[in-house]
Amino acid sequence: MDKTLNNKAWFLVLPVLVLVAFSAVLPLMTVVNYAFNDTFGQNKFFWAGLDWFEEMVTSDRLHQALGRQILFSAIILAIEVPLGIFIALNMPKKGFFASFCLILMALPLLIPFNVVGTIWQIFGRVDIGLLGHTLAAIGIDYNYTNDPIDAWITVIIMDVWHWTSLVALLAYAGLQSIPQAYYQAARIDQANRWSVFRYIELPKMKGVLLIAILLRFMDSFMIYTEPFVVTGGGPGNSTTFLSIDLAKMATGQFDLGPAAAFSLMYFLVILLISWVFFTVMTNLDREENH
Amino acid sequence: MRIKSSAVVMTIYLLFLLIPIYWLINMSLKTNTEITSTFSVFPQTFTLQNYVTILSDPSWYMGYVNSIIYVTMNVVISLTVALPAAYAFSRYNFMGDKHLFFWLLTNRMAPPAVFALPFFQLYSSVGLFDTHIAIALAHCLFNVPLAVWILEGFMRGVPKEIDETAYIDGYSFPKFFVKIFMPLIASGIGVAAFFCFMFSWVELLLSRTLATVNAKSIAATMTRTVSASGMDWGVLAAAGVLTIVPGALVIYFVRNYIAKGFALGRV
Repeated sequence: MDKTLNNKAWFLVLPVLVLVAFSAVLPLMTVVNYAFNDTFGQNKFFWAGLDWFEEMVTSDRLHQALGRQILFSAIILAIEVPLGIFIALNMPKKGFFASFCLILMALPLLIPFNVVGTIWQIFGRVDIGLLGHTLAAIGIDYNYTNDPIDAWITVIIMDVWHWTSLVALLAYAGLQSIPQAYYQAARIDQANRWSVFRYIELPKMKGVLLIAILLRFMDSFMIYTEPFVVTGGGPGNSTTFLSIDLAKMATGQFDLGPAAAFSLMYFLVILLISWVFFTVMTNLDREENH
Repeated sequence: MRIKSSAVVMTIYLLFLLIPIYWLINMSLKTNTEITSTFSVFPQTFTLQNYVTILSDPSWYMGYVNSIIYVTMNVVISLTVALPAAYAFSRYNFMGDKHLFFWLLTNRMAPPAVFALPFFQLYSSVGLFDTHIAIALAHCLFNVPLAVWILEGFMRGVPKEIDETAYIDGYSFPKFFVKIFMPLIASGIGVAAFFCFMFSWVELLLSRTLATVNAKSIAATMTRTVSASGMDWGVLAAAGVLTIVPGALVIYFVRNYIAKGFALGRV
């Protein structure tokens, strides 16, 4: 749609601008302030320059948390995206069962994050949980509170449970937008199942899949609540991801300087990725309009 | 043959989704002694005691009341500011519009953990700490951009000729917006409201940081119980089930729009 040039439209955007400035820019300035200063309390600040950044960039703790975070996000994407597409391809196309599947699949997406944690905390426990109990009964040694590998598996299965439906729903929405004529043409050409998927379905899903991948990447990159409830970042530090580490540093130990420097770097990474996301997406929009 | 295999896949997937939820419901209908002593797939001694505990103890049910208050405030604030802004983005080009739109997106992508501490200090210094409005405003950080994006996606689908015809017919902008335009994108407003509701409802980190007593959310109430010694599993499970209910009730109405909402209005 071609839009008219009208700078008065700024007045319509003004409320959003004021509100977001209050809830985003002001706090961010506080973070910047802490990142460059040191304090001994009573609101007395000393210029610390780049010390905190140096400390953070060279800190093992940050490197380990970052490493775990990247590994986690990579595993999540590698499982959820193919699985989500697979589920979407198998979903009923219309009728009662389509709505039925949609509603049931949306259910995990709408459960409060901490309740997702609670569900899996209970479900995985060896003494009272169905999963833990069943695994113990068939002789598998499983205990997510003691064993780092088990804790990882639990957190990953929990995330797959929680978010695969999102990828599936988006892919499904993409599939629904393919006109029936495309499939008929494919049948006339005697295309096999794989070519239909590769040359018709996948290109049509490109836009929504991009959104799905980036949403999943962002949200898994800042995951906090679910592992916090299930494992509390443990055993040891094995499931301490970036956000958990940051919250520990800032509100647990009140190491404001390092936490602020950490925050800024974290935010810049997200900003960079968001920019790539935004650019690719607006380019896709433009292609579709031409 | 193909129909059959896809039905099998869907059944397995749906079972995978539903069994953990079933387990939570199962636990919530058992007594604590039964939970820790015997292992069973169905409650042996069926009890509603856990729900009674929650609904009769103010420290529990006030959690729900507080959550509902700040979530409602948040939805109203978010939609009020997002509606005109989304209209501006969908209809006009103006100086810096692309940059502004991108800046809004970055707020949706910002990790709440980055903002937790500054929020705590900001709201403490203006005397809003532990109030509902503080949490509602803090959640605007990610809900306002989300609402703008979703609404913009829906508004794009309304032909511009409608606006022009209304202006020629002598409608003023506010009158046109409320009387004609808002009914046209009613489903979009519903979806945006739903997503604001959901993301404010499921958020834990900020609501836990910004409230201690008076505005303590149900999510925060539940984590405190987790850390306490002598775990009350039955009550915890019942509290979990009760937090799922509002979401489950409204899914039905937005089932066909959920994907569009998650795609930020861009399917």
